[in-house]
Amino acid sequence: MPKRLLVIGSGTAGLMVANLAARGLDAKVRRHEVEITVLGERDDYVYQPGFLYVAFDLMDPRNLVRPVRDLLHPVVRFVHDRAQRVDADSRTVLTQGGVSLPYDYLVIATGSRISPEEVPGLADDAHWFYTLEGAVKLREALQNLRGGRVAISVGIPHKCPVAPVEFTLMLDAWARTRGLRDQLEITYTYPVARAHTIPAVAEFAEAEFERRDIKLETFFNMESVDTQGHVLHSQEGTDVAYDLLVTVPPHRGDALGGDSSLAGGGNWYPTDRQFLQVQGHDNIFAVGDTTDLPVSKAGSVAHFESEVVSDNLVGLLSDGHRPGHTYAGRAFCFIETGLEEATYISFDFQHPPVVPTPSRSIHFFKQTYNQIHWANLKAVI
Amino acid sequence: MVTADRVIDARGSFCPGPLMEMIRAMKTAEVGQVVEVLTSDSGSKTDIPKWAEKAGQEVVEIVSGDDGDAILVRKVK
Repeated sequence: MPKRLLVIGSGTAGLMVANLAARGLDAKVRRHEVEITVLGERDDYVYQPGFLYVAFDLMDPRNLVRPVRDLLHPVVRFVHDRAQRVDADSRTVLTQGGVSLPYDYLVIATGSRISPEEVPGLADDAHWFYTLEGAVKLREALQNLRGGRVAISVGIPHKCPVAPVEFTLMLDAWARTRGLRDQLEITYTYPVARAHTIPAVAEFAEAEFERRDIKLETFFNMESVDTQGHVLHSQEGTDVAYDLLVTVPPHRGDALGGDSSLAGGGNWYPTDRQFLQVQGHDNIFAVGDTTDLPVSKAGSVAHFESEVVSDNLVGLLSDGHRPGHTYAGRAFCFIETGLEEATYISFDFQHPPVVPTPSRSIHFFKQTYNQIHWANLKAVI
Repeated sequence: MVTADRVIDARGSFCPGPLMEMIRAMKTAEVGQVVEVLTSDSGSKTDIPKWAEKAGQEVVEIVSGDDGDAILVRKVK
C-alpha cells in the first residue's frame, strides 16, 4: 500500500508543494511506494499578480491562465473536484462529486477569496482588481475615465498587502502619462492609523502620497456604499464621495475549513508558525493564504512555506523522519511605484522590512519575475 | 473593573490584529455594550484608543497584566 500525500488546492501553494514533493519523491512514486494527488476546484491556474497590470491595460489577460495539468509534475495525479469535508479521524477527504480520497499526509492550500458582500452596496458600485473578471471590468472603467474623484478603499485582511499602494501609485503615473492627472482627485483610504499595516511601507506611501497630491484617509473601515449618491461611508463616521470606487474587498478563507471544524474565525486554519501543521493535527499542514499566521497573504509567502512543508514531507514519506525545516516568516513583495519604477520589501518574523529607493531596475526585475513565475510553480527553479 | 458584554482574546496576534478584532466586534455590538480585547501587542494600547477617539467611541478601561493588556471600549453611538 503506497503512502498517500493529498494536496487540496490548485493555486500557487498547492502546485508548489506538490511539484517540490514530486521532485523529491519521484523514484518512490514510480515504484508505487508513494502517491501524490492534487485535488483542485479549478483546472486552470491564474497568475493573480498580473491583475494589477490588466487593469492598466499593460498585460493581456489570456497570458495569465494555464491548465493546471500542464503545470504539474507528471507523477502527480490531478483530481478536478471540490473538497467538501475533511474527516481528520478517518483521514479522508470527501469531494463534492462524492469521491472519498484517503490520505496519510494532507496539505490544505485552499487560499483566500474576496468577500465584497460583507459591505452593503460594495459589490454593486465598486471595481476591484482581485479577480480576472474584475480586472478586465476595471480596465474598461479606466479607459473611459475622463476625470473626477477616484476613491481607493481597503478591507482587512486581504491578499497581497502592498497591492492597494501599488494601484494608487500606478494610477497616479498612468493618469499623468494620459494628461489626465489634473482632472483627477485621488483619495486613498485605509483601516488603521496609517497608510499601511507595515510601518515602513506606511512611511514610504505617506511620503509618496503627499508628493503626488493623493489624499489619505486613515481609520477608514468600510461600512456601506450609497450606490445612488456614490458615497462610501465608514464605520468611523467619515464619508468619501467618488465617481470611480476601486476597492480591495475583505478576504475570507475557503468554507471547507469551517465545514470540517478545522478552521477558526474567517475560515483561517490555526497553524503552527514553525512547522505549518494545523494545530492538533500532526499530519495536516496549511500553506499559503489559508493560515492564520501573522504574515502577509502573498505569493512569496506561499512559495517559502511550500519549500519548508515539501522538504519535511519528503523526509516523512521517505523514511518517516521529519528533517526539521522551519518557516521563519519569510516574505518578499515587489512594490510597483509607477509605470516604470518599483521597489520591494523583504522581511521575516524577526526582521521588519525597509523600503529601498524605487528604481527602473527593480521594475525590470519584477517584469522578469512575471515570466519566471511559471518555472517557479513547476519547481524547476 | 467594568464587566464586558463581549471578550475577544487576541493575544498572540500582532498589529493590526487586535485593533481589527475590536473594530469588527464594535460593528455588531449594540449601543451601550462594552467590548473587551485581550492583547499582547504593545501597540494596541495606543492604536485602539486612537481609533476609538476617531470613531467617537469610549475607552472605559485599560488593565495591564502579566500576559498582556485588557482594553475595554463602550459603543456609544
